[in-house]
Amino acid sequence: MTRAGDLWRFPGTRAAAFAVLAYLYLPIIVLVVLSFNASDSSLARWEGFSTHWYAVAAADGNMVHSIEISLTVACIATSIGTVVATLAALATARTRFRGRIAVEAFLALPLVIPDIVAAIAILLFFVMVGIQLGLLSLILAHTVFTIPIAYLPIRARLEGLDPALAEAAADLYATPWQSLRRIILPLIWPGILSGAMLAFIGSLGDVVVSYFISGPGSTTLPVYVFSMVRMGVTPTVNAVSTLLIAASASLLTLSYLLGRRFN
Amino acid sequence: MSNVRQRAGLLTPAMAVIGVLLVLPLCLMAFVSTLERGPDGGVIWSRHTLDPYVQFLFERDLMDRLVLNTDYLQIFARSIGLATTTAVLTLVIAFPIALWMAFQPPQRRTFLLFVVTVPFWTNLLVRNYAWILLLRNGGVFDRLAQSTGLTHEPLNVLYSPLATGIGLVYSFLPFMILPIYVSLEKLDRRLIEAAFDLGANRWHALTRIILPLSMPGIVGGLILVFVPCLGAFVTPALLGGGKSLMIGSLIQQQFGQSRNWPFGAALAFVLLALIVFALVLHALRYRRLAGRLT
Repeated sequence: MTRAGDLWRFPGTRAAAFAVLAYLYLPIIVLVVLSFNASDSSLARWEGFSTHWYAVAAADGNMVHSIEISLTVACIATSIGTVVATLAALATARTRFRGRIAVEAFLALPLVIPDIVAAIAILLFFVMVGIQLGLLSLILAHTVFTIPIAYLPIRARLEGLDPALAEAAADLYATPWQSLRRIILPLIWPGILSGAMLAFIGSLGDVVVSYFISGPGSTTLPVYVFSMVRMGVTPTVNAVSTLLIAASASLLTLSYLLGRRFN
Repeated sequence: MSNVRQRAGLLTPAMAVIGVLLVLPLCLMAFVSTLERGPDGGVIWSRHTLDPYVQFLFERDLMDRLVLNTDYLQIFARSIGLATTTAVLTLVIAFPIALWMAFQPPQRRTFLLFVVTVPFWTNLLVRNYAWILLLRNGGVFDRLAQSTGLTHEPLNVLYSPLATGIGLVYSFLPFMILPIYVSLEKLDRRLIEAAFDLGANRWHALTRIILPLSMPGIVGGLILVFVPCLGAFVTPALLGGGKSLMIGSLIQQQFGQSRNWPFGAALAFVLLALIVFALVLHALRYRRLAGRLT
């Protein structure tokens, strides 16, 4: 790197990179700024700082209810999905077995299939089996999608584990269960936590699947916002969107800091 | 033996959830696509017909003859075209930043990776909504263009295929940056050093060494962008308006206003088949590529 240091810099890529970063963040920043705009037309004209629209959002009973639904669904689906994904990762990481690629492809399926196809397939299934569209159907469907999201970081963490640790535990007469509980789980918990956080963000952000399977009275926040946006732009949507951004960004930052501290 | 049983036990819950709640429903969807539509929506479970697939290609004229109807094919072609354009555009935008990121010091690399993933994990709906604020008449770009004297008429970008394209490129850009970055980061630096030692300039090192070796990442990125784009539903619904129908919105209509579930299932099945076809093509190509490299 030292001698050829200058050659590694490809001219223009630095400027291009900063332009792309600006492009990625510009819409988000504009949205956040406009959510504090006092103007009631939510046009691009700045009329002073105000948190008025947050108050309006908090006073909207339907919206508050949809936030409760979203959080309930995300918490339960994430808990189930993370446990199930951890078990699966324990089975697939650091070993080779016949059919491993097939198993991993199967586990990744929820992320590969376009969400609209998955959504209508699950809708048809619920209708046929007779599960009422509501909280239960939302939790079941969201659990499917949290599994692969949580699985990947947990497995990555397991892959990075020194195999000698588990071997040493076995040499010292630890049962597999003891070795799992005392050695492996304490070492991979940052991976589990970051997997769970990503799964939570994924569940909280889902629009398409929830749109098809949320019944009357069990609308999730994104579905509620989706219907609001289709009716027109309102400053309240800016405020709620900013809250959603803040939620996912803070969880993500937490997961990033965890990863940096423990790697 | 106990090892195998243990592994099976650990894998069962995950595979059962996905099997029962996703794979089984997909099979059911294929089944529904061969059923007759019920008189008031829904389906008749006992009556089979291929009408949904016939409806995809033909319509009946006044004499009750089947005539070719390309309306739905056009919607599919338009969606495929838009997904392809989006994939190529994201590649052009993503490659320079991925290249730049890959050659940064390790500490900064992790940070940059984080910076790129934050928008990716931001709610898709919110990201698309933000573009409404930017693109609509009287919105940020419109005011900017008018106040700088660039134009005196409204921009009229929102609710057009162009807006859908902008939204799709924006939504899926991280899907392209990440795999390219990963393949560039893994790339054996000594190969590039060797190229420089042998008198290659930057352009040659880029086109002869870096680009070919990052092919797996590029192809992976193209697939990761193309597949969800093809079935995109939120972006066309919010930014595209109702004028240019895409596959996703067409499928949704069958479960909304049209209440034609078998046709909706058939459309979804055709979409799924298209994607499986693209993935198989990728797998075959990748195998050939891997064979050539080793």
